[in-house]
Amino acid sequence: MVMASVTTLASHLTSTFTYAPEFCRLSQSSHSSQRPCTRKSVSGTISASIDLKPPPYALDALEPHMSKETLEYHWGKHHRGYVNNLNKQIEGTELDKMSLESIILASHNKGDILPAFNNAAQVWNHEFFWESMKPGGGGKPSGELLELINRDFGSFEALIQEFKLAATTQFGSGWAWLVYDIEDKKLVVLKSSNAINPLVLGSYPLLTLDVWEHAYYLDFKNLRPDYISTFLDKLVSWDAVSSRLEAAKASIEGK
Amino acid sequence: MSWSSSNYLCLSSSSSVTRFSRCKSPCESEGQRGKCHDLNRPTNISAYNSLKPPSFKLDKGQRRNDHALKKPRNISAYYSLKPPPYKFDALEPYMSKRTLEVHWGEHHRGYVESLNKYLGKDDILYGYTLDELIRVTYNNGNPLPEYNVAAQVWNHDFFWESMQPGGGNLPILGLLEQIEKDFGSFSNFREEFIETALTLFGSGWVWLVLKRNEKRLAIATTTNAVTPLVWDDIPLLSLDMWEHAYYLDYKNDKARYVNVFMDHLVSWNAALARMARAQSFVNLGEPKIPVA
Repeated sequence: MVMASVTTLASHLTSTFTYAPEFCRLSQSSHSSQRPCTRKSVSGTISASIDLKPPPYALDALEPHMSKETLEYHWGKHHRGYVNNLNKQIEGTELDKMSLESIILASHNKGDILPAFNNAAQVWNHEFFWESMKPGGGGKPSGELLELINRDFGSFEALIQEFKLAATTQFGSGWAWLVYDIEDKKLVVLKSSNAINPLVLGSYPLLTLDVWEHAYYLDFKNLRPDYISTFLDKLVSWDAVSSRLEAAKASIEGK
Repeated sequence: MSWSSSNYLCLSSSSSVTRFSRCKSPCESEGQRGKCHDLNRPTNISAYNSLKPPSFKLDKGQRRNDHALKKPRNISAYYSLKPPPYKFDALEPYMSKRTLEVHWGEHHRGYVESLNKYLGKDDILYGYTLDELIRVTYNNGNPLPEYNVAAQVWNHDFFWESMQPGGGNLPILGLLEQIEKDFGSFSNFREEFIETALTLFGSGWVWLVLKRNEKRLAIATTTNAVTPLVWDDIPLLSLDMWEHAYYLDYKNDKARYVNVFMDHLVSWNAALARMARAQSFVNLGEPKIPVA
C-alpha cells in the first residue's frame, strides 16, 4: 500500500502536469470556444472516483498512543467527510476521474485556489499521514535515510528537534513535514497551514504530522507537544519514510 | 553552507508554508524577531503550557483541589486572565463545564502566560492597552510574534462575553432593527451566520461587526487570530471556530455547535451594549434636525 501511493506520486513528478480539457473548461480558462463546466444534475449515489482509503492497520492498532476513538473520528468522520465533499464537488466536472494528485495541482491553480483544493489536499494529506505511522513505530531510521539525515541536519536528534519545533509552532491548523527538496537535493523540514502540502511546492513529501486540533484533542486536549513527542517516539514509521525517499531519488534520476 | 557551522535555525515563510534551514549568521544579527531560533536556548512554545494554578481566588463553583495553589508564587504579569462572567457549568448542557475548564483554563490561560512571557523578555511593547497592543503588533499585516497570543487573549475575552447562560432567542430594540435593516430579517441573518461559520476552513472566528465606513452590520470571518479590530471595524459578537472550542462537546459536528450557539448561547444583551457603545463612534441614523 505504501509503494502504491509512492508510485503515483512518482508519476506526477516525472511528467509535467498537462491536461487537455476535452469536454468543458473551468471558468478561469481562456479557451472560450469550449462550454463552461457545469455540474450535471445527479440524483442518487455519487459516482465520482476518489475513495476513502483505510489506514494500513486496524483502528485500535495504535493504542495506547493514538486511541481507537481518535481513529474512528479522525478517519471515519473527518477524512471520510473530505472524501465525500470532494466527490460532490468534482462530480460532472473535468476534475472528475482525474487522479488525486492531478486534482490537487489543478485546483491549486498556482496559488489562486479553486474550491476543490482544500478537500482534495486534505484527502491526500490524511492518506499520507496514516501511512506515516505504524503500530510499534518510533525508533530510529537506518541506512540511506539516516545518512542523509546526518548529512542535512547534523544528527538524528537535530532533525527531531527541528521537526518538533515546526509542529509546535504551526499556529492554528496545519501540518509538519519532512520533505526531499528536489532542486537542492536535500532533506528539509517544513510546516504548512490548513491543507497546503509540499506537492504544490515541488518538493517530495516523506513524512507528515497532522497538527489540526482534531488530530490530538481527544487524546491530549491542548498538550500538542506531548502529542508530537508520542508521535515521534512511538508511532512514526521510518520504513515508510525510507521507501518514499527511495522513490523520490529514483524519480529524480529518471528525469 | 554546511549544517555544522550554525546552531541557529532560520525560518523563511511564503504564503502558508514555512521552511526551516540553518541561518548564515547568529540570531542576534538576523534582525527578524521570531524568525530565528537559537537551538541552544529553550524555545518559547506559545500557548501550549500545562495548567498552572490561577493567580486569583476562584469562587465556590470554580475552586480547584490543586495543592500548588497553596505555594507562594512570585507573579509578575502585564496582562491578566479574566474569567468568564458566569460559572463554568452555567452554559451546560450546550457548552460543558469540561470545555470551559480546558478552553479557558488551559488555552486562554496559556495565551495570557505566553504574552506575559514575551513582554517579560523584551518589554519594548510595555504600556499598551490590549486593544492598542493588538493593533501595534499586527503591524499592518506583517505581524510581530506577539500578535497571535495578544489577539487570542482579546478574542477569547470577547468570546466569553458574547455568550450567556440562557442565551439565544432574538435580539431586541435597536439591534434587531439594525439587523432587519442590514440583512432583511433576523432569520436571513441567522442563516448567513451559520453558513459562514460552516464554510470557514481551518481555525478561525466568525464575527458580527459594525462596519465603520459603511455604517452597517456585516458578518466577517477571520483565520487563526485575526480580529476585526485590526481593520478598524467594531466587533459586536464572535464565535470561536477553532476545533478546541467544540471538539469535546460536539467532536466533528460543527453544524450542531453553531446552531446551539445561535439558539442557546449567544448573548444579545452583550451585542446590544456593544452596539450602543459603538454608536459613540459611528453614526447609524439620520440626524434629526428640529424644524423651527
